[in-house]
Amino acid sequence: MTGAQVVELVIFIVVFVFVSALGFVAARWKAGNGLDHLDEWGLGGRRFGGWVTWFLVGGDLYTAYTFVAVPALVFGAGAIGFYALPYTVVLYPIVFLPVLRLWSVSRAHGYVTTSDFVLGRYGSSLLAFLVAITGIVATMPYIALQLAGLEAVLRTMGLNHSGILGHLPLFVAFVILALFTYASGLRAPALIAFVKDILIYLVILVAVFYLPAHFGGWSGIFDHAATTLAKKNPTTGKPAGSILLTNTNQLQYATLALGSALALFLYPHSVTGVLASKNRTVIKKNMVALPAYSLLLGLLALLGYVALAAGIKPITNGATNKPDTNTIIPELFGHTFPSWFAGIAFAAIGIGALVPAAIMSIAAANLWTRNIYKTYLRRAATPAQEARQAKIASLVVKFGAVLFVVAIDPQFSIDLQLIGGVLILQTLPSVAISLYTRWLHVWGLVAGWVVGMGWGVYLLYTIPAATGKGHFGGSALASGKLSIFGWHPFGTSTVQVYVGAIALITNLLVAVVVTAIVRAVGARDQADQTVERDYEGDEPKEPVGQLTAG
Amino acid sequence: MSTPESSPPVQRARRFNPWYLLLLVPLVMLVTPWFNRATPKIAGLPFFYWFQFLFVLVGVACVWIVYLVTRHEPVATDQPDRLSVDDLDEGGLS
Repeated sequence: MTGAQVVELVIFIVVFVFVSALGFVAARWKAGNGLDHLDEWGLGGRRFGGWVTWFLVGGDLYTAYTFVAVPALVFGAGAIGFYALPYTVVLYPIVFLPVLRLWSVSRAHGYVTTSDFVLGRYGSSLLAFLVAITGIVATMPYIALQLAGLEAVLRTMGLNHSGILGHLPLFVAFVILALFTYASGLRAPALIAFVKDILIYLVILVAVFYLPAHFGGWSGIFDHAATTLAKKNPTTGKPAGSILLTNTNQLQYATLALGSALALFLYPHSVTGVLASKNRTVIKKNMVALPAYSLLLGLLALLGYVALAAGIKPITNGATNKPDTNTIIPELFGHTFPSWFAGIAFAAIGIGALVPAAIMSIAAANLWTRNIYKTYLRRAATPAQEARQAKIASLVVKFGAVLFVVAIDPQFSIDLQLIGGVLILQTLPSVAISLYTRWLHVWGLVAGWVVGMGWGVYLLYTIPAATGKGHFGGSALASGKLSIFGWHPFGTSTVQVYVGAIALITNLLVAVVVTAIVRAVGARDQADQTVERDYEGDEPKEPVGQLTAG
Repeated sequence: MSTPESSPPVQRARRFNPWYLLLLVPLVMLVTPWFNRATPKIAGLPFFYWFQFLFVLVGVACVWIVYLVTRHEPVATDQPDRLSVDDLDEGGLS
């Protein structure tokens, strides 16, 4: 470990401990019924105003994904990594109306999760179970991405040994996250989110304005990146990428952006953020204001090119002996910033990974406790039992995330998030389309989920790693590889497409066909708990006295 | 949980506001062949990049306009507030 790394590590630890302590103290100070109650631990109230929602929902987007994974993809593959910008631009117009309906109907019936809503809408506990389990599993790779980001920062600061010690950073990241969530529930991360965002804004603004000038302006940076990316890889004989899209990855770019946008508000943690809002106006205003994050996200993505121009080499992971592209942004900061500011930047990245990971694992744990444990395993659970279940479940979810890091080894860690997207997208017909129409029958939705999920996971399995061997190597498939019982609808085309898009289209087709058949046979629906006006209601103007539960 | 007697379920036609069509404009960003080129450059940024940064503002403008024109639309605010902690626990499981 060098002297600079020691300074970085010390500053990192100081900021980290300070922020965590702040969170714990604030959580105690604000605590109501005590954290033994699931609503206290897992919801933190449902009366958040505009600013809190902005930080909370923005925090879902602004994670290690933005800071580490997107620039790493731009660094390694060029223009395709910039899909993150259109993703966050098309996101808000697409979800603007559906999310309002989800908020209203949840408010009218007291739903806390999408699984609650599906149960109320369709009266099918099977469909509600599928939605719940999908949410839990799909969150794991997303948390895995946060762990990978935290790990990259630790490696950059010199915690990068070989052999068994090489796994230490991942282990440390896991333990920090576990302690953090177990003790505090949603309140600590929600409060730390403010500090986290201020730190992150500071670092990003310094980075995007100081660094480009330092390396000869954007013109020089792009020229340099274009030359570097065009060099042929000695093993595959292909260039690493290009600063414009090519004929084979244009469709991938569009499907990645659209698929990610459709997926984001299906994740349990995003739904938590939306449902925690006070009223419809808070959500609407946020849909206008949240793209402020998108501008910075785009600038951060371009730091991948700055790293190329600066000649940054990814650190070789001591445990796997493979270069870890996640380390390029930390390395860039470490090489160009004074070590005290690099330490602050690393702490910002670390907290920026920790806070969303905590919120994600809490949301997944809520889903387990409400929609699986309490529905199927122990209907008469006491609040204390529920809270304990949720805490244990959040540990299990994080352990699942570690398994994803270890077992799935894509070339770019962003594929962890994209694999989660393939899974969560399969709940779109049940959750999003049913906000508008109940035409799709329960059996159609279940059949669509089964086929879409099965095929999506199978296609992911067939994608080899960068070396041409192995499985689960990414999230993009050459459309020529698509085979329907031996029939290749796209011939031998090399045009890449996001697996999530294929799986979702399949899901929808199956859902429609099965629905048509089931309706033709004359099958009946279960009762619908909701009526149209539920989807348009807002918070009461005059506080109505609290009614007791029916 | 039962529907309160004071507000009988009324099925209404869903409102459609033509301004909602503005929300489709940002989807232009998904048609990559329209902007996948290097020139003209601004401040060294190839067209591909600055065009998409510009579309962040287009996206904001579209959503903002829809927010403004739908701000005063009537919404149902007459329903009882059922947000007591007990309801949060039981909702959806009735």
